[in-house]
Amino acid sequence: MSDTKIFDEMWGRNETLRDPYAGFQSWFEGEDLKRLRAKQREAEEVFRLTGITFNVYGRSEAEERLIPFDIIPRVISGREWQKLSKGIEQRVRAINAFLHDIYNRQEIIKAGRIPLEMITRNEAFLPHMMGMCPPGGIYTHIVGTDLVRTGDDQFYVLEDNARTPSGVSYMLENRETMLQMFPELFSKNRVQPVQNYPSDLRRSLAACAPPACDGPPTVAVLTPGIYNSAYFEHAFLADQMGVELVEGHDLRVVDGRVVMRTTRGYQPIDVLYRRIDDDFLDPLNFNPESALGVPGIMDVYRAGGITIANAPGTGIADDKAIYSYMPEIVEFYTGEKAILENVPTWRCSEPDSLAYVLDNLSELVVKEVHGSGGYGMLIGPTSSKKEIEAFRAKLTSRPSNYIAQPTLALSTVPIFTKAGLAPRHVDLRPYVLCSPDGINITPGGLTRVALQKGSLVVNSSQGGGTKDTWVLED
Amino acid sequence: MLGKTANGLYWMFRYLERAENTSRLVDTGQRIGLTRLGQADDEWTSVMQSAGVIEGYNVHYDETSKDSAIDWMLRSRDNPSSVLSTISEARQNARLVRTALTGEVWEALNGCYMATREALKRKVSERDLPAVLGLIRQRTALVRGATHGTMLRNDIYDFARIGTFIERADATARILDVKYYVLLPSNFSVGSSIDNVHWETILRSVSARGGFRMAYGSQVNARDIAQFLVLDKRMPRSLNFCVSKIYDNLAYLGADYGAKFPSMDLAEALVNRFNAHDIDAVFEYGLHEYIQNVLTSLRQLGGQIEQDYRFYE
Repeated sequence: MSDTKIFDEMWGRNETLRDPYAGFQSWFEGEDLKRLRAKQREAEEVFRLTGITFNVYGRSEAEERLIPFDIIPRVISGREWQKLSKGIEQRVRAINAFLHDIYNRQEIIKAGRIPLEMITRNEAFLPHMMGMCPPGGIYTHIVGTDLVRTGDDQFYVLEDNARTPSGVSYMLENRETMLQMFPELFSKNRVQPVQNYPSDLRRSLAACAPPACDGPPTVAVLTPGIYNSAYFEHAFLADQMGVELVEGHDLRVVDGRVVMRTTRGYQPIDVLYRRIDDDFLDPLNFNPESALGVPGIMDVYRAGGITIANAPGTGIADDKAIYSYMPEIVEFYTGEKAILENVPTWRCSEPDSLAYVLDNLSELVVKEVHGSGGYGMLIGPTSSKKEIEAFRAKLTSRPSNYIAQPTLALSTVPIFTKAGLAPRHVDLRPYVLCSPDGINITPGGLTRVALQKGSLVVNSSQGGGTKDTWVLED
Repeated sequence: MLGKTANGLYWMFRYLERAENTSRLVDTGQRIGLTRLGQADDEWTSVMQSAGVIEGYNVHYDETSKDSAIDWMLRSRDNPSSVLSTISEARQNARLVRTALTGEVWEALNGCYMATREALKRKVSERDLPAVLGLIRQRTALVRGATHGTMLRNDIYDFARIGTFIERADATARILDVKYYVLLPSNFSVGSSIDNVHWETILRSVSARGGFRMAYGSQVNARDIAQFLVLDKRMPRSLNFCVSKIYDNLAYLGADYGAKFPSMDLAEALVNRFNAHDIDAVFEYGLHEYIQNVLTSLRQLGGQIEQDYRFYE
C-alpha cells in the first residue's frame, strides 16, 4: 500500500504489459473501435432480451434496470488463481468450523480469542441454532468471498459473504454473452469454464440432504417473489438446476416435512436454497409479520426434516466486526496462518480505535457493521468536509455500529470507453460451494467495476458495472 | 409442477391469446369503418362489446369515437384487456413461471413485450395503425411458434394449451353473441349489402375470410357462417374446435397424472354436446341462448380446472 502509483492488472505500475493479458492485447490491436462499439450495444440488447435485469430498491414502480456490462474481459493467470483458491478454501473451512463452534461448544470464546459479547450482543447471532448441527455439518453452503487487489501479489479479503451472496447469474451470463459475441477470443485464449456452476450447485445442495430424505433429494429455490431485486437470479438458478422456484405461499408444514403445493398434491422438499433473510424465514419463530416465509420451518429444520441453505444464523460469520477477527479465526480452526490477508480494521467500539478513526476520518473508509450494498459508508478521501462532519456525528453517537479501514489503492483493469481502453477500479467475488463432499470454487467469479473515473464504489446499486472474468489455463 | 406454475402458464397463454384477439378486433373495426356502409360509431361499440371492454370504456369516455376506442383497446392501462395490459400481464406471468419455459419462449415473449411497449408508447395514428397491428400479430405469432417448436409435450404444455383454448373459445363465443341477430334465419336466403358488411365483420374478427371461402365457397350466408364458427372442426377458432382441444389436453393431463378429475367430465359433456347436433338444431334452440349456455359452461370448466390442479391455496 506504500506505492503511490495504482496497480493496473493489464499494464502493472510501469506500463509493461503483464503476461495474462498478452493474448487479449494481440487480439485487441487488430480490432476496430467502431466494431467494438457496435458489440457493446449488441451486448446490452442481449441482456435486455434475456431479461438479465434487477429491480432498484426504493423506487415506487418495480422498475427493471440493466447492470452495465463491459465487454473487456478481466484476466487472471492460473498461477494467481491457484493461490487465491487455496486461500479461499482455507477461509471457508474456518468459517464453517467457526459457525459450528459458536452454535455449540464455543471453544473460541473459552480460549479467549473472541470476546463473548461480540457474539451474544450481535444481532446476527441466532439463539435458535444453539446446540444443533445442520445436515452434513455445513452451515454456509454458498459463499461469495469479496477480494480486492492492490499489487502483483497482494490480495485482500474485503468481505466474507456467508449469508446469501448474489450475483452468480451475472458471472454465468457475462461469460455466455462473451462466448456469443467474441468466439474468436476464446479459441485463442484457454479460459477455464464457469458453466458447470449450476450443476455443481445442485450436486452440492443434494449432498446436504437431511436425515428425513429417503430417495433422490428434492431441491428447491425459495424466492421472496418477482418484485425482489434479485428475482432474475433466483429464477435463473432454479431453471439452470432444473428445480422448482417456490415462494412462501407455495409451502407449508405437513407431518414434520416442508411440502410444496404441486398440481399432483403436496410434495416434500429436502433441501431449500433460500434467498430470503433469516428474519423472514419463519413467522412463528422470527418476524411474525413475515409473509415470505414458512410458518414452522425452523421446527422441521431442527428435527432434521429439511436442509436450509445457507443455514440460519450464518450472518454471525460475515458481520464486519467479526471480520476483524478472521486471522485469529482461521488460525484457531485450521492451525495455519491465513493465506489471504485481511484489511486492517479498527473496531470503533474500542475507545482507542475510535479516537484514531475520528482523528483520521479523511483518510479512512468507515462502514456500518451490518451494512451492505455500499450504503451508509464513508469514503474519506473522496468525501467533502461537510460529508465527513455529518458522518462524524453519526459515528460518535453509535460507535459500536462502525468499523474503519484504510482506503485501499484498488487495482484497475481496462474497460471499453468511446475513446478506447481506460483503467477503472475493480473487485472480485469468486463463488464457493461447500458440502460434505468438499469445497468447490468456480474459476473466475464476478468482477464488479466502478465505471466512473477514479471511483472506488463498485456496487451495482450505485453505478457499478460487471465484466467477464477469465482464469487462464496456464 | 407447482400449482402456482400451472396457474401462471394458463394465464400467460390466456393473456397472449387475448392480446391477439383484441388486436384482430381493432383491425376489423378499422376496416369496416373504411367501407362506410355501416354506422362507424355503432360498429366500434359492437367491436368493444365483442372484446368485452365496453363497460370500462363507458366509465372513462362520454361518447364513442374511433380514436378513443382504438386507444382504449390498444394502449389504455386502465383497460385490463387492452393489448398493452394483456401483453404486460402475459410477461409478468412468464416471469413467474420462467423455470417452466424454454429460453426461446421467454425471449420471444420478452421481445414481444419490449416491441409492443415501444410501438404503443404514444397514441397510434391512423397512418401507423396497420403497421402496429402487424407488429403485434407477428410478435405474438413468434411466441406461439417458439412454444410449438421448443416446449416439451408435458403438463407444462397442456396448461399452456388449455389457457389458449379457453380464452379463444370465450372470444369466439362473444363475437357470436354480439352479432347473433345478423345470423338469424330471416337472413338465410338474401343478403342485403348491410348484411354482407356484418358477415364480413364476423369473418374478419376471427381471421377466417380465406378459410371460409376455402370451405364453403365464395357465396357468404348466415347459416354457413354460424356452422363455421360454432361446429366446424376444421376451423381453429370454432367453438367445437376449441372445446375439443381443451378436452384433448385435459385427457393428456389425466393420462400423465393417472387420475380422472371432475374438469374432465365437464369437458367431455361439452364435447358431446357439440357432436350431438347440427346447426339447424342450434337455431331451433335459439342461437343467443345457446351461446350464453356455452359461455357459462366455459366459465364453470375454467373454475373446475383451477380447483383440480390446485392453482390457488
